[in-house]
Amino acid sequence: MWKYSVALVLAAAAFAQSPKYGVGRAASPEEIRGVGAIIAPDGTGLPEGSGTVAAGREVFAANCARCHGEKGAGDIGPQLVGGQGTLATAKPVKTVGSYWPYATTLWDYINRAMPFDKPGTLKPPEVYAAAAYILNLNGIIEAGQAMDAKSLPKVKMPNRDGFVSDPRPDVGPKAR
Amino acid sequence: MLGGMGPSAGVQFEPGVCHERGAAMKNEKKSSRRQLLHAGAVLGGGMLVKAEPGSANGSLGTPLGPYGERSPYEKAVRWRRDTKTPETGSSFTPLADSVGTLTPSSLHYERHHAGIPDIDPAAHRLVIHGMVERPLSLSVAEIKRLPSVSPILVLECGGNSGAEWAAQTAPDVQRSFGLVSCSEWTGVPLSLLLSEAGARAGASWVIAEGADACRMERSIPMAKAMENILVAYGQNGEALRPAQGYPLRLIIPGWEGNTNVKWLHSLKVADQAYMARDETSKYTDLMPDGKARIFTYQMEAKSVITFPSGGQKLPGPGLYELTGLAWSGRGRIERVEITTDGGKTWVKANVQEPRLPIAFTRFRLPWRFDGREAVIASRAVDESGYVQPTREELIAVRGVNSNFHFNGIKKWRVRADGTVTNVEV
Repeated sequence: MWKYSVALVLAAAAFAQSPKYGVGRAASPEEIRGVGAIIAPDGTGLPEGSGTVAAGREVFAANCARCHGEKGAGDIGPQLVGGQGTLATAKPVKTVGSYWPYATTLWDYINRAMPFDKPGTLKPPEVYAAAAYILNLNGIIEAGQAMDAKSLPKVKMPNRDGFVSDPRPDVGPKAR
Repeated sequence: MLGGMGPSAGVQFEPGVCHERGAAMKNEKKSSRRQLLHAGAVLGGGMLVKAEPGSANGSLGTPLGPYGERSPYEKAVRWRRDTKTPETGSSFTPLADSVGTLTPSSLHYERHHAGIPDIDPAAHRLVIHGMVERPLSLSVAEIKRLPSVSPILVLECGGNSGAEWAAQTAPDVQRSFGLVSCSEWTGVPLSLLLSEAGARAGASWVIAEGADACRMERSIPMAKAMENILVAYGQNGEALRPAQGYPLRLIIPGWEGNTNVKWLHSLKVADQAYMARDETSKYTDLMPDGKARIFTYQMEAKSVITFPSGGQKLPGPGLYELTGLAWSGRGRIERVEITTDGGKTWVKANVQEPRLPIAFTRFRLPWRFDGREAVIASRAVDESGYVQPTREELIAVRGVNSNFHFNGIKKWRVRADGTVTNVEV
């Protein structure tokens, strides 16, 4: 495999104790908060606040239904609900309920990218609520439940165990 | 850009020189030379007409300009697939109109998920944080002060030619295979920046994020981050185009385009993959058993004939130069083979040197079209020994619903009347 020939750069150097070039400045906490990559599947980074399914129905109607349909059946935006049991069929339907392995991803994506034309405008409780509503529409959580930093990572998504590592090359003389 | 015109390139200059070909092809070699001489004579005559600058029609040409444009007679453009929202979608490089091995920045394929942001480079910073000793904030100017490299690399969307899986593909090579392009990229090795920040023990992933509206996020294993990833600011001798991530993007040699995060503003060092939306619900490959492959970053060897290809028409029987592009995410192209009888027999194509790793490799082969229907295709073999598979071989393993990473052999049908169609349509 091809590598850069910058002699100064060694693979182990990422873990070196002192900087070689000393460019840039220390990133401030504000700067770090201003960029993303904040939500890990174990719940790392989830903020305070909570949202119920009932509150989520309101958030969804106001912000999401326009593109995803009132019940998440999809329109301009993708279908969010249904499809469970279809992945091994000729016509798989991939939705939050049938395909997404982690509920934290749902929170993270609503938070970072939705609503499509106004991303980043929902407050954490609204994001929890919208996520709760979508999970409930998929039959994954009960109508009375609320989602927060503790409960969301514990949600067992139906397709959590539906992913396997990449076995390629998987065809031809180099197939493993 | 002229690197391919060195002495080694001259070896391939005569189109008649081919490997492993029989007597029939030797005859073709003679006639191809004659054809070439004839073409040269015609060209020479044409040039004579314009030999005296400015005198052809008694008027001056246009003045010099500050930023070049191509000839108004050249019309090749990207093709954009209709989408429900104009900010999302793909635009496809016109491969049939491309020559050589580099894609002009203006024709590089695009794939956007939330529009193209307008970023002032003076206000843009890259923040490196998470499990590091020294969280860093770097301006674009500071990154440009660091040791840089300029590799030529192919970039291909993980979903390129995805419609081939279900044979619901497009009629021509642009719309069926055009989410791939090749550029020279200039930037700083990511390993250098990570070394500056100093990753802590246990750090095993780097989470990259873009500054577009959806803040595109992908998780990259630390081993790859330290191997050969680039934080790029240049493309083909100038700054990145806005659509290509201006002012900073990742370039990850051999990996699917989506991981090459554009408008890069954050690198978080972590001890786990973040399972972002675009690495779980998208860019995962669903298999027939209902399981999906995840983190399928690697692009595999692939090739396609760009002339003659779907939508074109040969004016009649006679000699033509078959040509196309081959590439592999695993390194150099070892060889390219061509069939003109639907896959029964294969001959080695001439391959343009230098064959750069993970870059477009141009192949060519003279071919005499005898006026009878022919099915033509190319097959690439890379330096790892990987052989580009047939569509049928891929489907036997992966079914037809995996969407991504289609690299099957692409057949074009040349009909008796010279029209060329996509066999899979």
